[in-house]
Amino acid sequence: MNKTDRRRVSGPLIWAALLIAVAVPITAAAFSPLLAWREPIYIIAGFAGILGMGLLLFQPILAGGYIPELSTRSHRRLHRWVGSTLVLAVVVHVGGLWITSPPDVLDALLFRSATSFSVWGVIAMWAVFGAALFALTLRRLRLKWWVWRLGHTSLAAITVVGTIIHVLLIEGTMEPVTKVLLCILVFAAVGKVLIDLRVWTTQTRRKLKS
Amino acid sequence: MDRAALAVSRDHESVKDVYRGLELPYLVVHSSSRDFTVGGRSRRRFEGGEVNMSKNALTRRTVLATGVAAVMTGASGLLVPARANGLAPTRTMRGGANNYLPNAPIVERIGGGGFWMTGTVRRAGDGTPLPGQRIQIWAHTTEGHERDAHSHGATLTDANGEFRLEMPQIVPAFGQAHGHLAYDSEDFKTVFLRPVMASSSDTTLHADFVLLPV
Repeated sequence: MNKTDRRRVSGPLIWAALLIAVAVPITAAAFSPLLAWREPIYIIAGFAGILGMGLLLFQPILAGGYIPELSTRSHRRLHRWVGSTLVLAVVVHVGGLWITSPPDVLDALLFRSATSFSVWGVIAMWAVFGAALFALTLRRLRLKWWVWRLGHTSLAAITVVGTIIHVLLIEGTMEPVTKVLLCILVFAAVGKVLIDLRVWTTQTRRKLKS
Repeated sequence: MDRAALAVSRDHESVKDVYRGLELPYLVVHSSSRDFTVGGRSRRRFEGGEVNMSKNALTRRTVLATGVAAVMTGASGLLVPARANGLAPTRTMRGGANNYLPNAPIVERIGGGGFWMTGTVRRAGDGTPLPGQRIQIWAHTTEGHERDAHSHGATLTDANGEFRLEMPQIVPAFGQAHGHLAYDSEDFKTVFLRPVMASSSDTTLHADFVLLPV
């Protein structure tokens, strides 16, 4: 994508689209009849999960630098902030579910759950924690730039795929249509940024050299 | 083959009598019309004394039974354990015991009702219905969480080994509309089930227990 292409869509429009894309599923979930039969902590845990799913849409947009009026530096700073919030949302999600039903969460964490979606959720959780750890140790690890980026983006990709499968298999408060649409948007955004940034290219060149 | 276990009968009970004392594995042969029961519980010999083929006259029964026993010896050698021919015990499901509160009281119904949990309880091997067995039931319903004591209740199986307990509507929790059932009493091995509803709008859920004697 060249610069003129990027400028076609204005920054505020992208922000508005992102906010709508995340706000609509959350609003739809807020009308779920299931909420009537859940305790507050369970409701909070559920919405923390939905928010986390929504934040997954912001990350590739920020990582790719797709917002015209925003500097690269601001993109990166926002990417870190959203990433931190995402980790926090996952912690609240899992913690809240733990309080609601400890044995179910323990089963999920130990990969012996009756439900396959919890396995995907736990995979996504560890992947997002790993991606965050990569981000924190960017300077300390002294890795080559392409190694670092490949590690971070691989974990991010696992997070996204794991989350999407997790979300699609669950019968929860999310309304089905808005849930699927959000999944498609997140998947498309991540796919686009991975291709645009050619996260694999350096590795390929390296392999060819050796 | 002089002490061979021999008999074929259409009468289940009489077969048991005949076979009391035979060194043979249990085997039920399913036919299209009805069950032929061959063999019985293991004991050393006939209680009435040993069968002596050389002295006894060759009756139609002994000929027939010898043939069956011969076939069975081969079959039981190939199909070890012989019990596999019978009804296999139900295995505890993953997550079945989650949020279990032991000794749920036997109740007329759990809460306000409107939803039916149904099922059967049979004995492993021969599939005999087991009356009077206590089945404990709990779920996340419109009236409470799985962990709430008032979401738990128990019922007894009737003469046909069937049970049904009315309870509040089960609603999806932890991503699935599911119920929990437990057999956790003295006579049989403990089993925990976690059936999932095909649709969360269903108003019944069914679970079958096949129990293994302790």
